[in-house]
Amino acid sequence: MDSAYLIETIIKIVIIMVIFSALSGIGTYFERKVLAFMQRRLGPTYVGPYGVLQFGADAIKLFTKEDIIPSGVVEKIFRIAPVITAATAFIAASAIPFLPQFTIFGYTVHPIVSDMNVGILFILGVMAIGLYGPLLGGMASANKYSLISAARSAAVFISYEVVSGLALLAPIMIVGSLSLIDFNNYQAEHGWLVWSQPVAFILFWIAAFAETGRTPFHLIANDHEIIDGFGTEYSGMRWGLFFIGEYANMFFISFVIPLIFLGGFGDGTFFGALALLGKMAFFFFFFLWTRAAWPDVRPDQLMWLCWKVLMPIAVINVVITGFVMMF
Amino acid sequence: MEAFNDRNVTDNGYFMVDIEDYPTDGWGKFKRVVKRTIKGELFVGLWVVMREMIDFKIHTVKYPEEKMPIGPRYRAIHKMKRLWESDTERCIGCGLCEKICVSNCIRIDTKRDENSRKEVSQYTINLGRCIYCGYCAEVCPELAITHGGEYENASDQREHFTMYEDMLTPIDVMKEGKQLEFEGFGSITPHEEQRVKKTPLAY
Repeated sequence: MDSAYLIETIIKIVIIMVIFSALSGIGTYFERKVLAFMQRRLGPTYVGPYGVLQFGADAIKLFTKEDIIPSGVVEKIFRIAPVITAATAFIAASAIPFLPQFTIFGYTVHPIVSDMNVGILFILGVMAIGLYGPLLGGMASANKYSLISAARSAAVFISYEVVSGLALLAPIMIVGSLSLIDFNNYQAEHGWLVWSQPVAFILFWIAAFAETGRTPFHLIANDHEIIDGFGTEYSGMRWGLFFIGEYANMFFISFVIPLIFLGGFGDGTFFGALALLGKMAFFFFFFLWTRAAWPDVRPDQLMWLCWKVLMPIAVINVVITGFVMMF
Repeated sequence: MEAFNDRNVTDNGYFMVDIEDYPTDGWGKFKRVVKRTIKGELFVGLWVVMREMIDFKIHTVKYPEEKMPIGPRYRAIHKMKRLWESDTERCIGCGLCEKICVSNCIRIDTKRDENSRKEVSQYTINLGRCIYCGYCAEVCPELAITHGGEYENASDQREHFTMYEDMLTPIDVMKEGKQLEFEGFGSITPHEEQRVKKTPLAY
C-alpha cells in the first residue's frame, strides 16, 4: 500500500465527514423550510437571511448543552448508543461513489473511499447496524417510552431488512456484481435498471423509508405517541449525534437509490455528476415531502406490510427475473 | 364575519362523509387493500401539499413586527377617558368600579379639592389580579373607565400596578381629538365626538 493511496483515502474520509456532517445540519434547515411552506408557514426566519444560519445556532446549542446522564440508566450503553447511529451512517458511506472519477492536477481521484467487491451488501449491512443505536439507547434509558421505541425499532429492523435485501437481489442477479461502480457502468451501457426492475425499485424505495425511519414509518421516534422515543432521555450532543446519523443516512440512501436504479452518474461526464446530485436532491426532497403529506402507520401495520405484502412481491419478482434470465 | 355568525349548518355546504363499512372477511380486506393501492390516494396527499407550497399563501404573522388587528371590544389594559366637551377627566370618583370588581384589584381614593369638588386622589389597578372581566367598564356611569387594546403587559412581578395617570388619555392626544372610544357594551353613539359642542370655559 503506497503512501499516496493512504493520504488520498484519509483526505477523502475527512472530506466526507465534514461535508455530510454539515449537510445533515443544512438538511434540517431544508426540512423545516419545506415542511413550513407545505403547511403555509414560514419556518425559521430570524437567524441570518431567510433563517439560513438556524442550523448553526442549533449546533451551538447542542454542543454547549449539558450532557445529562440520568440516574438508573445503563451508563456505558447509554453513552455509546448515539455513536453507533452516527458512526455506522458514515461507515456505510465508504462504499458509495459520490461522483464519477475525475482528474485534478494530473492525479486521478476516485470519489469513493473503498470500491470493495461487496459494496451493496456492506452498505445495507452497516446501515442496518445503525438501528442498534435506537435499540440499545432505548433499552438503556430506563424510560417506558424509550423502551417502547426500542421494541419498535426491533420490529422495524426485522421487517424492512427482508424487503430491501430481496428487492435488491433481482438487480444484483442482472448486473452480476455487488459494487455500486459496476452497477453504474452496467446502466451506462444497458440503460437504467428502473425500466427492467420497476417493482424492485418501488420496494427498495419503500424499504428505504423504514431504514431511515422517515414519516410513513416514523414509528421509532413518534413525537405524538412516545415523545421522542429513544431520544427522550438524551440531551446535548448525544441527541445531536442521533440527529446527524438520521440525516446522514437520508443523504446516503438518497445517493444509493439513484446509483442502483436510476443510472447513477451515467458515463461519468460533468453532467452525469450533476445528474446524480440532482437525483439525490429529488430523493432527499421526497423524504421531506412525504413527511408533510402522509400519516404514520402503526408498528403492526408496518410488519403486516413488510411481511405479508412486500416480501411475497419481492420473492415473486426474484423468481420472475430468474426465469427471464434463464430463458 | 357573516359566514361565522351563520350557525345554520343544514344549508351551508356541510355534508356527511361517505364512510364505507369495514370489511369483516379476508376477501373483503384483500379487495380494500387492492382498491386503495390502485386508487393512488397517497398521490392526492402529495399533490395537496405540493400545491400549497407552489401557491405560497403563507399565514404566518411575524408577531413582534406584525400584529393581528384586534376587535374594538377586546378587553385588555384599562383606559381612562376624557370628556369630549371640556377635555377634563370623566371619572367622578363614585367608586362603583371598586365595588363591583370581582377580583378586588381596583383601589380608588377620593378627596375634596380646593374648589370643594370630589377629586380622585389615588386610583390603581393591580393587573396581576385583574381577570379582565369588564364589569368595571360596564358599571361605570360616565363611560370613564373602558378597556383598551394594549395586551402586551408581561411583567417581572406578580403585582403589576397601573396608575390613573398611565391609563388617562394624554391631554395632547385629547386636544388633537384622537381619543379612541370603546365600542363595546354601553358605548356612546359612534362619531359622537364630531357632533359634540365644546363647553365654553373661558370668555
